[in-house]
Amino acid sequence: MTTTDVTTAAGRGTVRRLAGTLHRRPRLRLTLLLTAPLLWLAVLYLGSLAVLFVSAFWTTDSFTSEVVKVWSTDNFHELVTTPVFRQVVLRSVGVALAVTALCTLIAFPVAFWTARVARPKLRPLLVVAILTPLWASYLVKVYAWRLILSQGGLADWMLAPFGLSGPGFGLPATVLTLTYLWLPYMILPVHTALEQLPANLLDASADLGARAGRTFRSVVLPMVLPSVAAGSVFTFSLSLGDYITVQIVGGKTQLIGNLVYSNIELNLPMAAALGTVPVAVIVLYLLAIRRTGALNSL
Amino acid sequence: MRLNRIPRAAAAAAALLLAAACSSSGSGGSSSTGLNPPGLKAPTKLGKAEGQVNLIAWAGYVEDGSNDPDVDWVHGFEKRTGCQVHSKVAASSDEMVKLMKTGEYDAVSASGDASLRLIASGDAAPVNTALVPNYKDVFGGLKNGAWNSVQGRMYGIPHGRGANLLMYNTEKVKPAPTSWSAVFEDAARHKGHVTAYDSPIYIADAALYLKATRPELKIKDPYALDQKQFDAAVALLKQQNADVGEYWSDYLKEVSAFKSGDSVIGTTWQVIASLTASEGAKVKALVPEEGSTGWSDTWMVSAKAEHPNCAYKWLDWIVSPRVNAQVAEYFGEAPANAKSCAETSDKNFCTVYHAADESYWKRIAFWNTPIEQCLDGRKDVKCVPYVKWVQAWTEIKG
Repeated sequence: MTTTDVTTAAGRGTVRRLAGTLHRRPRLRLTLLLTAPLLWLAVLYLGSLAVLFVSAFWTTDSFTSEVVKVWSTDNFHELVTTPVFRQVVLRSVGVALAVTALCTLIAFPVAFWTARVARPKLRPLLVVAILTPLWASYLVKVYAWRLILSQGGLADWMLAPFGLSGPGFGLPATVLTLTYLWLPYMILPVHTALEQLPANLLDASADLGARAGRTFRSVVLPMVLPSVAAGSVFTFSLSLGDYITVQIVGGKTQLIGNLVYSNIELNLPMAAALGTVPVAVIVLYLLAIRRTGALNSL
Repeated sequence: MRLNRIPRAAAAAAALLLAAACSSSGSGGSSSTGLNPPGLKAPTKLGKAEGQVNLIAWAGYVEDGSNDPDVDWVHGFEKRTGCQVHSKVAASSDEMVKLMKTGEYDAVSASGDASLRLIASGDAAPVNTALVPNYKDVFGGLKNGAWNSVQGRMYGIPHGRGANLLMYNTEKVKPAPTSWSAVFEDAARHKGHVTAYDSPIYIADAALYLKATRPELKIKDPYALDQKQFDAAVALLKQQNADVGEYWSDYLKEVSAFKSGDSVIGTTWQVIASLTASEGAKVKALVPEEGSTGWSDTWMVSAKAEHPNCAYKWLDWIVSPRVNAQVAEYFGEAPANAKSCAETSDKNFCTVYHAADESYWKRIAFWNTPIEQCLDGRKDVKCVPYVKWVQAWTEIKG
């Protein structure tokens, strides 16, 4: 034997031993596989959330507006007691709920059509059509809505024959624009769920004498509800965090994001305290959604 | 174009306060703040150019043709002086102050809400104006301002200025307004179509109006408000809020609002007024009888500058007649150099922007940073610092 042969044989032996060890110890295997992604999640993602939360307990020096690392709950106290903050938090949650409700209402018929009514050849094209707006820039879409909703714009022009006028800039305009922006995120999961709905269940329901309404309530809705919940996670959280749409079409309305933005330069701890509000709301929302089992079907 | 005016007003001051509070006693001097900056010395003569210079600037102030091939005043400077320009665009006054503290930059185009901070913290050095030949042609109204000098010593070279005007739709607002009351007491006439600048510094606009209309409040300086004066201004703005359609911070937003008629009256800048009118909207802009607020930027040299000679050459270059005219036209502001008016491509430019009209600028209260120690020199009361302005602004918008 030459020396090279010895080393390769030894090397092969090591690899085999390692493979054997890994084979015998599934836990070790799992640990090695997951360490890197988990570190990413824990350090970069959860870590930054933790820093956000901790810095919410600091204060700023009113002289220099520099952050003073002294523990205090003043920011949260202020958050709860200042009327304007409470008002803005409630308004933001209201907007997120309204957008979610509107998206659900619109997504259901659209998804039903694309998944079950339209000719099968047409369906992939329709899905592409629904996704197309996602390719356009967010800002372009919002500015387009600004033009639509402005005085004498498309909305006014279309409603004029009925003696009505558009909503103008403000809270309704914000809800409308956000609904438009996040609608695809609701249609897609609902479309998938409806597509996977076995046709024989519907047939069985009809054979047993149920009319369309009854079939919808007792068969379709229970099976699609988890997907609606999954879609609502997107629409709700995206709406809650948005602060640009409201600046463009919201008139003088402010949401949580705007408050965070206006505090970030001068009062970072207050901005952090405000920033924990949407996090808390979304965690609560996710916990509620989990009970529906929607997260399993994501 | 001026896209970055917004965040600078959102930025704040107050390192200055520390320095002011620590200084034993303001023995007067020309500056009413009683600010005693560290005793830094300005150079008495310039040496050889170092071959490069590092600048911090607002977007549009240091253009080398990469945004628009026709807009380039950096290459000419490099060719003439041999100083390679490295520039960093800052998005806010706070960012400028932070960057200056690193000591890696030689000069900065500071606004009124950053300049005093840089002076107080010793990050900006006094400037020997004798070493900047073009300084002699700078308009007198920009020299020795409260925002760029302390006790008669200049801490920079003025770059340009602008006023916050009252713009109105000539078809919908009749008779033509002459007073800010059109957006305060009489705002209800255009309910839902009034607009205002979206920044805490806008509280000063209300204070300026109260200064003229409610003498019993004794407001001397709209950036030095004690609690009572401040509360009055905030109350006025809360009342105005009911009639406001939207607040603007992005200038394209204001242009579109005036074009469509969503806004018919409110604050603006000359550049927005010109742009809106050029796009066919029937608008006019004016300085109302109470006067107005405004801004002024200053090029300052770092106390730790590694390339002071090139920095001085840049200061001289940027206020030289031709370049100052180019910057002013590109950015939409009044140039600082009196000779620039002969160099603008639009011969009417200086008239439109009132560049040489000192009586016009006398009516403008330039942005400054509100601090606890009253800027108007009052010693018996505490003024409301900018942090509180920010909080109040949130409450005003509701």
